[in-house]
Amino acid sequence: MAVIAKDSLIGRRIPKMDAPEKTAGKTRYVQDMKLPGQLVGMILRTDRVHARIKRIDTSRAQALPGVHAVLTAADIPQKPIGVNKDNPPLKGDKVRCIRDEIAAVAAESEEIAKAALKLIEVEYEDLPGLFDPTQAMQPGAPVIQEAKPNNIAMVFDYAHGDVGAGEAESDVVVEDEFYLHYVTHCCMGVSGVIADFEPTSGNLTIYSNTQVPFLHKREFSEVLGMDPGRIRIIQPPIGGGFGSKLDIYPFEPIAVYLAKATRRPVKLVFSREEEFIASPTRQPAIVKLRSGCKKDGTLTFRTVDILLDNGGYTSWGATIPFVMMQTFSSLYRVPHCLYHTKAVYTNNPYAGSFRGYGNLQATFAVEQQIDKMAEAIGMDNLAFRLKNAQAPGEVTGQGMVFKSCGFKECLTTAAERSGYVQKFSANAANRSKPSARKRGIGMASMLHVGGGAKIYPSDGCGTILKLDDFAHVTLITGASEIGQGSETVLSQLVCEELGLPMSAVTVVNNDTEITPWDVGVHASRTTFIAGNSAIGAARKAKEKILALASKVANLTPEQLDMRGGCIVRAEDGEVVMPLPKLLRSLHFSDKAELVMTTNYYEPPSVHQGKDFKGDVSATYAWATQVCEVEVDTDTGIVKLLKVTAAHDVGRVLNRLGLEGQIEGGIVMGQGYALSEDMVFKQGKLLNPAFRDYKLMTAPEVPEMDISFIESMDGEGPQGAKGVGEAPAICMAAAIANAIYNATGVRMTNLPFTPENVYRALKGAS
Amino acid sequence: MSLAVEIAFKLNGSPVRVSIPATMTALSMLRDQLNVTGTKYGCGEGECGACTILVDGLSVNSCLMFAVECDGRELTTVEGVAANPVNDRLRDALVEHGGVQCGFCTPGMVVQSKWLLDKHPHPDRHQVERGLEGNLCRCTGYKKIVDAVCGAGGSNE
Repeated sequence: MAVIAKDSLIGRRIPKMDAPEKTAGKTRYVQDMKLPGQLVGMILRTDRVHARIKRIDTSRAQALPGVHAVLTAADIPQKPIGVNKDNPPLKGDKVRCIRDEIAAVAAESEEIAKAALKLIEVEYEDLPGLFDPTQAMQPGAPVIQEAKPNNIAMVFDYAHGDVGAGEAESDVVVEDEFYLHYVTHCCMGVSGVIADFEPTSGNLTIYSNTQVPFLHKREFSEVLGMDPGRIRIIQPPIGGGFGSKLDIYPFEPIAVYLAKATRRPVKLVFSREEEFIASPTRQPAIVKLRSGCKKDGTLTFRTVDILLDNGGYTSWGATIPFVMMQTFSSLYRVPHCLYHTKAVYTNNPYAGSFRGYGNLQATFAVEQQIDKMAEAIGMDNLAFRLKNAQAPGEVTGQGMVFKSCGFKECLTTAAERSGYVQKFSANAANRSKPSARKRGIGMASMLHVGGGAKIYPSDGCGTILKLDDFAHVTLITGASEIGQGSETVLSQLVCEELGLPMSAVTVVNNDTEITPWDVGVHASRTTFIAGNSAIGAARKAKEKILALASKVANLTPEQLDMRGGCIVRAEDGEVVMPLPKLLRSLHFSDKAELVMTTNYYEPPSVHQGKDFKGDVSATYAWATQVCEVEVDTDTGIVKLLKVTAAHDVGRVLNRLGLEGQIEGGIVMGQGYALSEDMVFKQGKLLNPAFRDYKLMTAPEVPEMDISFIESMDGEGPQGAKGVGEAPAICMAAAIANAIYNATGVRMTNLPFTPENVYRALKGAS
Repeated sequence: MSLAVEIAFKLNGSPVRVSIPATMTALSMLRDQLNVTGTKYGCGEGECGACTILVDGLSVNSCLMFAVECDGRELTTVEGVAANPVNDRLRDALVEHGGVQCGFCTPGMVVQSKWLLDKHPHPDRHQVERGLEGNLCRCTGYKKIVDAVCGAGGSNE
């Protein structure tokens, strides 16, 4: 008999399952779809930053041939959306920022829809605008949202210990104010939706780019006043997410209202300019941070005061303090921490969630002050970090429990591989030399949730798994694929359990009528949560299969295994029978059974209360990144030469996909630090185009040396942790530290564009 | 409504005759009129490269080209590149090196890389980086795409 040796897929380089058809141009994104009878939807946005709407006249637009519907706030129920329920899809009384939706049309073609928008007449009464969150908090400031007369949208407070006592025992105290700017996701696929409403059945199908289909369904049912059972969300392949598709935005209910009004499918897709103006940004922040340490390098306290510009409405951006506080309280051992944040309404645009979710902002402040304190007490900053770094078994003031923690290994690995300590001293010594080009090396580390984040009462994911009579697996998962590779890694985990090749799996993951519930793609949770869910379903299937096989083979289930598509003897791999044959014998027999299993995985984490204490994630990811730069002090140009990254990923599952996440995140973080900048003047975006908003391009990519620390998390799928957001988080902080190492100038304001760096070097404002 | 113009050209090797508005871009003609949707709209102003096609063998941003300018020419889109087995090596390299994530920039990357490899069959890394400079990708950080094109060109550096 043939023998099959034990083999493993874990740690291999496995190409993305959907990549071949993507390289052929066959993948149909929502932008590519066309339903029979489909109309073009388009939105009229205001050109005022703060104004009362006195009159809207749509009669000329209505009369244009080819126009099927023109809607204003008067035509739809006034049900606001968003985190604070302060954002009506169509604005009727007043507009609060430049993107505001005031009317929408559905027409036969894009050309007609554009012409119709031009025929809509709007009369405004301008109101004073507020563009600075500090001014917006002053007494007597104009009110943006009437429900919040003091303009304060949201407040987060957190504390552990007694910062007064911490400060009293400090030998060094540092205090800085950091400013973090606006950037945006720039998904290559612009926002888009198709709404298809069938009035006789009352069924609504939404073809959506959402990252959170099940939460989306609930939001839609609330805003539309519809039975959620009539709402079906289908996710065609998504052209990039990065957090941008985590909330419901006005264009989505608008498309539904247009579809209801016309009784035809309506497709509403943004232009790139509209994408810049009307999709969410990363949350800007002003961070005041005060930290102390003892002469021996022991951290003593941290006091944090953060002001967030909330813009005119509230989306997820306002909630980033929830994530930021974890870095302040728990990246290092800090005995005393006091944390206060406010999000304040202005007439600027509003922020959503964006890969890293506040952690880029928090890490920027924390990691620069670590270097400052180390310098102040004359200690090597790597040694300072190692002294205060978290280790396995720690429970933080915030209640996070670090069961597995490779932080110190990340620090030492990145430092050794980059030659950090030697280069740091050499660069500092070279500062005074006459050359205009200075080399710098900088380090930053991060902590981020790696096992989901229980921000809802459940953080679960469901799986349905079936095997057909050819032993082909259909994996039906609640987890969405947004390009990150979830379908590949989930298939890999299932194949590992069932001893099958990757080609044996088809994944179904994009239709709320079929897939089981999942919270959505956020918080780097998919590999961990959906992975554990899929493994559980596969193990149930294996148990059922081996129970049957044991009867056929006259062996106990423990003496059997599944390998290479066969049932084998566990001890020597001798083939007992091919799996398809066994499966057929199941459902063609009088037992008449199929192998179909379900599993729902809920991580062992805690939904925090109002004190924000508790173990919010089932595990935590760690990383250290070292950046090497060259600063041209004559021009202010900062070139990123090399990034040495060490990430505690728990365990490497798919090495190719993992590297892809890390490299992509590094370059996204590089853009955040060096080139990307939404420039606003009085609430108006001056650069809504790739011509003037600079993404990194291929020649600018630094050399990347990436190491993986395998801390083998006890709860993780095969030991793995989530890493989707991690690689973007350290970059701006590490680059800032590298610029300081090169020049002796501390960059507290992002971004590090040549102009900003030049001004900082010359001491000019 | 703008004036309609009738044009004829070759698309991925097959003759096409089509009536289009004079103001239409080649990208809109491909996507909206001919339903050949592999070519993507990313920015509409020649900055992102998602709409890259070959026109008489030259790489072009189809969003910046009027459809009428296609008259009498030979157009190759990602579908045409994929239909020719000669290009399987490039596509396989992109898949195996992990050069694809969300995939929205991929058609433009495939067409631009095909053009690059036609011009420089064994490009060095620097040539590949410069050759792909006009194609934006938000997912991969470019390294794996550059690796793939170098690999397809038989060069590891």
